[in-house]
Amino acid sequence: MKADAKNVLTGAHYLDGNHACAEGGIAAGCRFFAGYPITPSTEIAERISQRFPLVGGLFIQMEDELASMAAILGASWGGVKSMSCTSGPGFSLMMENFGLGIMTETPCVLVNVQRGGPSTGLPTLPGQADMMQARWGSHGDYEVIALAPDSPQESFELTIHAFNLSEKYRMPVLIMTDECVGHMTEKVVIPPPEEIELIARRYTEKKPDEALPFELTDDLISPMLPVGKGYKFHVTGLTHDERGYPVINAEAQEKNVVRLMDKVNKHADDIIWLEESDVEDAEVVIIAYGISSRVVKPAIARAQKEGIKVGEVKMVTVWPFPEKRVKELASKVKALIMVEMNYGQVFLEMDRIVGGKCATYLAGHAGGTVHKPDDVYRIIKEAVK
Amino acid sequence: MTVETRQPPKEEHPMEKLLRMDRIPHIWCSTCGLGTTVTALATALAQLELDLDKVAVVSGIGCTGRVAGYMKLDSFHTTHGRAIPFALGLHIARPDMKVIVLSGDGDLISIGGNHFIHTARRNVDITVICVNNFIYAMTGGQVAPTTPITARAATAPHGNFEHPFNLPILAASSGATYVARWTALHVRRLTEAIKDAITKPGFSFVEVIAPCSTLYARLNRLGSGLDLMKFYHDNSIIRHGADMNEVDIDFQSKIVVGKFVDIEKPTYLDCINDGYKRVFGNRYQPYGGANGDH
Repeated sequence: MKADAKNVLTGAHYLDGNHACAEGGIAAGCRFFAGYPITPSTEIAERISQRFPLVGGLFIQMEDELASMAAILGASWGGVKSMSCTSGPGFSLMMENFGLGIMTETPCVLVNVQRGGPSTGLPTLPGQADMMQARWGSHGDYEVIALAPDSPQESFELTIHAFNLSEKYRMPVLIMTDECVGHMTEKVVIPPPEEIELIARRYTEKKPDEALPFELTDDLISPMLPVGKGYKFHVTGLTHDERGYPVINAEAQEKNVVRLMDKVNKHADDIIWLEESDVEDAEVVIIAYGISSRVVKPAIARAQKEGIKVGEVKMVTVWPFPEKRVKELASKVKALIMVEMNYGQVFLEMDRIVGGKCATYLAGHAGGTVHKPDDVYRIIKEAVK
Repeated sequence: MTVETRQPPKEEHPMEKLLRMDRIPHIWCSTCGLGTTVTALATALAQLELDLDKVAVVSGIGCTGRVAGYMKLDSFHTTHGRAIPFALGLHIARPDMKVIVLSGDGDLISIGGNHFIHTARRNVDITVICVNNFIYAMTGGQVAPTTPITARAATAPHGNFEHPFNLPILAASSGATYVARWTALHVRRLTEAIKDAITKPGFSFVEVIAPCSTLYARLNRLGSGLDLMKFYHDNSIIRHGADMNEVDIDFQSKIVVGKFVDIEKPTYLDCINDGYKRVFGNRYQPYGGANGDH
């Protein structure tokens, strides 16, 4: 399936990450957007509100983020690709219905343009300290898919990719960007629509009296049932069986929760997207995501000029975490360095998986600005000592 | 030898087309007002002769929240208080469908109060039926924003001393195009009101005063479910078009019921489509969501 030709702004543009993200959503076929203003994400909603009337979409500014998240789930069940965006406190409010999206396996995309926290924190300055909230922010056990763009170009591309993953795996997908990428203006090349590959929603091929909304399939991804077509199916946030009926006992809980987790974990190799450079014979490898994966580049170049064998793994997907690759690297290198704008949220996950096989370092700070390349360089020097 | 057998035809329950019979018996207590409300809704849908494929019901959390699970329709049991915004999204995606929200007073008016007033303000074309039993029943009888002054609840053991909401005036002043209140005793009138509400373009609201004999009546020593129905019989005053400033419900006071609002006003989608049409002219294509075209 290809993008809708007349609504894709093919060509070279000068856009910030937030505007590029909005264009990515439009190119992906998003036609319902419910949001609530919050810095530094609002430009996504603004561009969508400006563009939607002429592309057949509907933008609505809801009364709060709780409603925004609930509305995109409702619209997605109605058959329209849907998204929302938020930052900081708004992300906290959305966690309730994000969980409903996970439980009811509803495709949609939620963008968090991260700022400094906790609480109101730093509304206008960058952070990456919502990474664990992305992972565990709603109550209960579940797995998520989270992408981290490093530029306006990637904001465009990864928004399309997020929609594709959400339809493929029938679940909400997170884009965990940050204020820096959101407000950074760069060249963005939007390809011709025929080069934009979209994954269409998979609906059941079964008849209404045979189809189940949460059918147990080999790939653990149940095709969706369409509303308004006589399927008369039930969907609930309660623990449920294949029929979508509530079943309140430990056995049903085990089945329901494990399937939701396996759906991501068993497809982790397909979902995980890493970009590696100079890792082959590296002594030290930097792992970073989002804007931090760009900030480390001058530090790496400086160290390499001095003959230090340092490579980089950029995590385009942060969740699910690339356990397998990190384990492999840990057995080959002297040290792994995590660079992130928080005090070790993804670092601790990396360290847990390394399990003492190599040294681990965190280049972390509380947000408000990106890393200074010099600080990263000093950690590289320390790691090769 | 020839054996002939003639079995009597299997009798279909009159509600079978609209209920998930494989989920019956339901979880509600006997004498609960929900049985009557669901019957009224099912009867209304049957009498309206709607295409039931094109009707969806959305509930929040609580005793009434469970309604979605028993209706044989596309049905969504969502999170606490969020049935209305979920329904808004569903309606916008499928404006060809009738979307009905059925939930309780705590769900719709306390935790979901903000969504209630804003969706009424926008005049989104959905129907909201609020079953008001004056209490949080599912969690064990806690005080609600509808609990009358002096009535006891699990978290107001000495009586409630806060002012409760008057739901009709809340709905009307927020922008609803149809507002009615009936009790679980007024089955026929309630059914008619639900039919009116479903047919009415815009945000239509029906409040159902419903008995909770297990908690509200027990905590307040009001007797059995039958006693409550008798109370409604003796104390309901039908006053169509009543001044909504005078329909407050005090503890064991008279209950003013009737149709309070029935006005014409462009719906949310009408406003959006007309507004953009004025701005963009023929370049604008009215939003129709998926409209059944998957």
